[in-house]
Amino acid sequence: MAGTLAEKVWENHIVRRGTDGAPDLLYIDLHLVHEVTSPQAFEGLRLAGRKVRRPDLTLATEDHNTPTLDIDRPIADTTSRTQIQTLRNNAAEFGVRLHSLGDADQGIVHQVGPQLGLTMPGLTVVCGDSHTSTHGAFGALAFGIGTSEVEHVLATQTLPLAPFKTMAITVNGALPIGATAKDIILAVIAKIGTGGGQGYVLEYRGEAIRALSMEGRMTICNMSIEAGARAGMIAPDETTFAYLKGRPHAPEGADWDAAVEYWRTLRTDDDATFDAEVVLEAADLEPFVTWGTNPGQGLPLSATVPVPEQIADPNERVAAERAIEYMGLTPGQPLREIAVDTVFIGSCTNGRIEDLRAAAKLMQGQTKADSVRVLVVPSSARVRLQAEAEGLDKIFLDFGAEWRNAGCSMCLGMNPDQLAPGERSASTSNRNFEGRQGKGGRTHLVSPLVAAATAIRGTLSSVSDLGPDVPVPDGSPLDLQPA
Amino acid sequence: MEKFTQHTGVGVPLRRSNVDTDQIIPAVYLKRVTRTGFEDALFAAWRGDPSFVLNQDAYRAGSVLVAGPDFGTGSSREHAVWALKDYGFKVVLASRFADIFRGNSGKQGLVAGQVAQEDVELIWKVLETAPGTEVTVDLEARTVTCDDVVVPFQIDDYTRWRLMEGLDDIGLTLQHEEEITAFEATRDAWRPKTLPAKHLPPVEIKAARPVEVSLGRRPGL
Ligand code: SF4
Repeated sequence: MAGTLAEKVWENHIVRRGTDGAPDLLYIDLHLVHEVTSPQAFEGLRLAGRKVRRPDLTLATEDHNTPTLDIDRPIADTTSRTQIQTLRNNAAEFGVRLHSLGDADQGIVHQVGPQLGLTMPGLTVVCGDSHTSTHGAFGALAFGIGTSEVEHVLATQTLPLAPFKTMAITVNGALPIGATAKDIILAVIAKIGTGGGQGYVLEYRGEAIRALSMEGRMTICNMSIEAGARAGMIAPDETTFAYLKGRPHAPEGADWDAAVEYWRTLRTDDDATFDAEVVLEAADLEPFVTWGTNPGQGLPLSATVPVPEQIADPNERVAAERAIEYMGLTPGQPLREIAVDTVFIGSCTNGRIEDLRAAAKLMQGQTKADSVRVLVVPSSARVRLQAEAEGLDKIFLDFGAEWRNAGCSMCLGMNPDQLAPGERSASTSNRNFEGRQGKGGRTHLVSPLVAAATAIRGTLSSVSDLGPDVPVPDGSPLDLQPA
Repeated sequence: MEKFTQHTGVGVPLRRSNVDTDQIIPAVYLKRVTRTGFEDALFAAWRGDPSFVLNQDAYRAGSVLVAGPDFGTGSSREHAVWALKDYGFKVVLASRFADIFRGNSGKQGLVAGQVAQEDVELIWKVLETAPGTEVTVDLEARTVTCDDVVVPFQIDDYTRWRLMEGLDDIGLTLQHEEEITAFEATRDAWRPKTLPAKHLPPVEIKAARPVEVSLGRRPGL
């Protein structure tokens, strides 16, 4: 029977088919764990006298609470320290592999899985974190779960799951210069809305998607959840295999061949149908920024802050009024004139090596605007090492940016990296909710290129604002000549 | 888990759409490692505002939250459900819920009932005209009764059955342990295992230190 990519992976994991409206019981290939959503799950196991069924399919890392400075000193914030210590105790007690602060594989959970080669096509991947959708970039069915489900997977390595619907998001053509994966996904969310993906697994397709690197694909799948979707997926191809080959946990020898043979079958059949379809023309896209307080409130950078009176839908009008007030903006104000206090480059959306390279290329030989604080936070310690090996850290420091240790950092401000009330950021993260980056903080979501251009000019900017001669960088390594 | 068949309690009209889980419980409260005691964290950013609905005496003891569309979007934090439950809510009604929030609710015994937006408006009207009005939620009949408004709500059959039986998910699944073991036996050799750990040689990670930079602040901040 013809099937979509998501349906194929689902079918492949059914332990027990649900009858009479009960959900299917699915086997979970890889369970990622972090300190925030796991303590109560381990507590639940302990209370019920249960074990972790498959420690060998479980991996834990510290990310949300970890400081990005002074990581060799005790964590100053006592609650953060307790949460991390609790994870360390639980990992030791239940035999779960943990990458702690200071370890080269410590970092944001959604970076660590792929970089170790644990995230692969055709897997089911779960984590107590909504941005688990990131792993769908490999053609895995990956989704965020709540703490009860974390406990359920720890105890049984399965999850009862209600069926989903499928939505194809086709991005035709080629991206114009200066537009990136981030701009695609911000445009998708602005188009379908923060609830538009509800109940769906999104499959991103089309030339513009195929042309993206794994990093770009992860950026897109990462933000599927911001459209309300269960998961986002991209069919694996040569780009996927090339990324995986040789990674520590990637299959080897005959296993590799068997895997690739199977992975090549992981695509939506030509005669399969989706429950919904959305089409975008890549050529129409430009650098996108959000002006409001949900990721669907975004516009091309060349636009102006919406005028609520002109919005027909009453709910949206009220939402826009509230957002504009919170954000301290004026209706009709050009987005390009908005001055920011902080530029944050990092997070599981855009803290990977390609993102850092693209930003570094713009920053090279420049200095930041005086009024702006610039934080660059790699998504994992391994990414930090790689960036340092490529000399990116020097560019950031010369530019006037702070070069930090890995973690979630200002993406959600659980550690000391926060916005002060009223402060405004251009952030490469994924959520611009009220107070997300610190109480009263105002967030504009942007791509790494827009972030870097904004850091140079002090107001929301794209590469084209930096002058006609500035080339638009891509994510390839910099060609740094030794001085 | 307690069995749920019917509940009657004060209805709280929350006239906001897109109430995301950061609003329900801000990230700073997620640092706790316990499973209970989150009542103070519920809607923390709004609790200081005297005009906020839960700060009005008539609604303070509410146990049925009637919210705008797209309730519970954003982060998957189950703490959002714990905070609602710890405060005393037994039921949340809205015209649309985020999937993860709805799933989490079902597992914790919080009823997330989907009510048509026009029906939500009717209930809001009653609750706002007569603050403190009680709402009865009948899970068996899938109806909400609020004064003279009687409307249906939707909840999937399976969640409803589990809530009515008060069944724990893990126990249910472990009834099928043999099938899980049989499935595991067929797992492909290429599928990854996290243990034994394979990684590149250990490398020293240098700690970043605070640097002397002018912290960007707009004048007046
Ligand atoms: S970087 Fe942000 S979005 Fe990603 S896992 Fe961390 S907190 Fe969540």
